[in-house]
Amino acid sequence: MSDLRKVSSSPHIRDKATSSNIMRDVVIALLPAAIFGVFHFGVNALVVLLVTIATSVATEYIYEKYMHKPVTIGDYSAVVTGLLLGMNLPSSAPWWMAMLGSIFAVLVVKQLFGGLGQNFMNPALGGRCFLMISFAGRMTNYAYDTFTGATPLAVIREGGSIDMFQMVMGNTAGMIGETSAIAILVGAAYLLWRGVIDLKIPGTYIVTFAVFMLLFGGHGFDGTYLVAQLAGGGLMLGAWFMATDYVTSPITPKGQIVYGVILGLLTGIFRCFGPSPEGVSYAIIFSNLLVPLIERFTIPLAFGKVKEKGGN
Amino acid sequence: MATLTFKGGVHPYDGKELSKDKAIVPYEPKGNLIYPVSQHIGAPAAPVVAKGDRVLVGQKIAEAGGFVSSPVYASVSGTVKAIEPHFVSTGAKVNSIVVENDGLYEEAPGLPIKPFEEMSRDDIIGIIKESGVVGMGGAGFPTHVKLSPKDPDKIDYVLVNCAECEPYLTSDYRLMVERPEKVVGGLKVVLELFGSAQGCICIEDNKPEAIKIMQKACENETRIQVKVLKTKYPQGAERMLIHAVTGRDLNSTMLPADLGCVVDNCDTITSIYDAVILGKPLISRVVTISGEAVANPSNFECRMGTNVAELIEAAGGFKTEAKKVISGGPMMGFAMFDLEVPTTKTTSAITCLAADAVSESPTTACINCGRCVAACDEGLIPARLAQFSEKFDLEAFQKWHGMECVECGCCSYVCPAKRPLAQMIKNVRRMVMANRKK
Repeated sequence: MSDLRKVSSSPHIRDKATSSNIMRDVVIALLPAAIFGVFHFGVNALVVLLVTIATSVATEYIYEKYMHKPVTIGDYSAVVTGLLLGMNLPSSAPWWMAMLGSIFAVLVVKQLFGGLGQNFMNPALGGRCFLMISFAGRMTNYAYDTFTGATPLAVIREGGSIDMFQMVMGNTAGMIGETSAIAILVGAAYLLWRGVIDLKIPGTYIVTFAVFMLLFGGHGFDGTYLVAQLAGGGLMLGAWFMATDYVTSPITPKGQIVYGVILGLLTGIFRCFGPSPEGVSYAIIFSNLLVPLIERFTIPLAFGKVKEKGGN
Repeated sequence: MATLTFKGGVHPYDGKELSKDKAIVPYEPKGNLIYPVSQHIGAPAAPVVAKGDRVLVGQKIAEAGGFVSSPVYASVSGTVKAIEPHFVSTGAKVNSIVVENDGLYEEAPGLPIKPFEEMSRDDIIGIIKESGVVGMGGAGFPTHVKLSPKDPDKIDYVLVNCAECEPYLTSDYRLMVERPEKVVGGLKVVLELFGSAQGCICIEDNKPEAIKIMQKACENETRIQVKVLKTKYPQGAERMLIHAVTGRDLNSTMLPADLGCVVDNCDTITSIYDAVILGKPLISRVVTISGEAVANPSNFECRMGTNVAELIEAAGGFKTEAKKVISGGPMMGFAMFDLEVPTTKTTSAITCLAADAVSESPTTACINCGRCVAACDEGLIPARLAQFSEKFDLEAFQKWHGMECVECGCCSYVCPAKRPLAQMIKNVRRMVMANRKK
């Protein structure tokens, strides 16, 4: 028995998919919207994106080095956080603000809670809301080129009208990565095709929100208004890329549907009755906090089990 | 006909082309034969020979130790050299009878059988019990116990499990292609026990040749049909097979008989034929020797007790270093630390992998992606169960239905973070079961 062979518990083979591949797919899927943002808003947008990505990765690297933990920047998760945060900032954001938001996202929201897989809230959105609260004026300064207009949602709120085609294409004011519904949908289609996400969360989210707006939006069955609400603000980016964040959404299939419905309701409430025309970010981070509760009430019945009275 | 299937499951690389066209070759063992007294679920068998005795092929050397137990027969003629504990493929040490092969293959008289038409139900079950046939798909549950449900008339399905969903395994496939008459004959014996049952030979659709041959073989059988299943692991798991064919769902508190089903593996069925029709006790089985590390992948008709290292040599030995040698297939088989172990009634294959995916894929943090949920055929949330396992939270584990796990390994297979989910879940299941026994 001089040379013992290697043993391990079954199974002895593994699928090719890795966490890094999945994160890389998310980066690829975000690129259409990000590239559109850079073309639309100009070089300043590119600077913001580069600063958030670089700062996020650097923060993760420095923290993990300093804490003597394995360095995990190779898994692309910090890149995703940085890119998403950048896409959630206006192109007019100064570099120090982009940097501050990234440090908050990676250090406070992600690493201090245990790193990848342990954060209770979407880091990019945590960073965005942190900046929103701290620098409200700068965060809503959508000025670009010579144009200093309000966002389409703000225009509608004030009773104005907007050009529907320009809006869906993304030629409007807004955050860097959220204006073009078309570009976001191209990325979402890629994620669906790759099997990275499915329709449960974004589907129920968007449908619930649409129904809510038809009922309570105050415009009745106005198609233009509905499309404007769907394509405007952060809804598309939020529904396809941030509500679907694995770590901060429920893992139970039924829970994902409940989560989507709650997101749709909250977004509708915030947009209709809140002080700001925007509501997606707060709806998502608020729902993130409900995830453990949602999971507790949606434990699936195992194969071959029948529902017992009063139990689960 | 629509192909039958289930929800969940995975599609691993199946490696079957390595050995699927290799005809079954009888292998004559050279070294000593080792017969563990526990090759089945239930009480160990009790040796009825002593050191120095001469034994013959087909002579009973250990007797069943109770109702849920099974006897063991010598597969060669020779002398009993020792009765001592010996390592088996699962890594356990089991009391075993060691026989030195004299190479003469002198045969003992067969089982006492009557013409089939004259046999009663009890005669048939008695012979199956006496022959030492157990579930040869891997579990090793004594077949005569399975065939004795409380109410035989309530059984309306006898399923022959020829799904063979484990990668690399081709022993059932070769049996169907080469000995279809034995599969049909064995099934007819079992159908004789259950008057109101229909027989189904269940085959995955990646084996069109076998489907064709089996369909031809049961052309004139009114009570037997071939069921074609979608190729997906673990289609051959008992619960998944019953679900796919009958639409009935079995859970951990039930036996297949509670749903009117009896499920037997392909090799078990042919062994029933050998016992009841030919009067031959269980002394050999088909073993696939395969995997990328083997020079000459083969299907051997292997005498029970043959040394595993010897079988691998017979298949041309290793052509590259075998990083892992598995008794059974790569999804549910046991990795062996030493090859000096015997084949037993439940050894369906020896799989020699040239790469060890487990040690080559470092484990990272769970990202909650839900791939394990989609793959779990039992509808569980493996990621959560594994978390409870890390905290030894047995209560939450059971609340989230962890005891329903069938340990098929799909969750570990798909996990992009390469977490050993199945292993963590297995650990806690063992703990809960041990606590229940207290």
